[in-house]
Amino acid sequence: MARSLKKGPYIDFRLENKVQIMSDSGKKSVIKTWSRRSMISPDFVGHTFAVHNGNKFIPVYVTENMVGHKLGEFAPTRNFRGHVAKKDRGKR
Amino acid sequence: MARISGVDIPDNKRGEISLTYIYGIGRRSAQMILTKAGVDWNKKVGDWSDDESNAIRNVISEELKVEGVLKSEVQLSIKRLLDIGCYRGLRHRKGLPVRGQRTKNNARTRKGKRKTVANKKTALK
Repeated sequence: MARSLKKGPYIDFRLENKVQIMSDSGKKSVIKTWSRRSMISPDFVGHTFAVHNGNKFIPVYVTENMVGHKLGEFAPTRNFRGHVAKKDRGKR
Repeated sequence: MARISGVDIPDNKRGEISLTYIYGIGRRSAQMILTKAGVDWNKKVGDWSDDESNAIRNVISEELKVEGVLKSEVQLSIKRLLDIGCYRGLRHRKGLPVRGQRTKNNARTRKGKRKTVANKKTALK
């Protein structure tokens, strides 16, 4: 179910501050974040985020098209490499 | 034979039903179109006068996206998801369900016909 419009988009306020500071100072560096649930706001465009996927940080360069999605959508948490063949089972 | 929005030629059914043969028009929008055009829902397509079918054509071209335009719009939205590399895009790429449905079983619409894996039950000791 979609989030109520009344509430507005959810963005982690610490993350928002960081982006704000970054844009003000004009510096470009990777912002590390665990906040996968944050919506990508138009201010984020052009920044690079290192989004945690539970194991490591995935670099995500934000483009205009990504606005409105959540950061977590760009850092997959599962890595499915295909099924193990019958012979190899047991070894693993 | 009535010909509305390009290729579609539904006939000998009630207008309300017949219009749904056009891609992008369901029962609901068919009823909307007929009301706006001032045609009775239950009138068969064959009995439409030229004026009536023109009125219907006008309503459709003004208010709705149908057929090719709509199809290309859908394709564009999917392409956008693929290009930005988000989770939904990845699911489209792999041909798996996009909206979080289970894939342990079922999901045949997306996955297509079953691909049987050979030697599934050999070891039975």
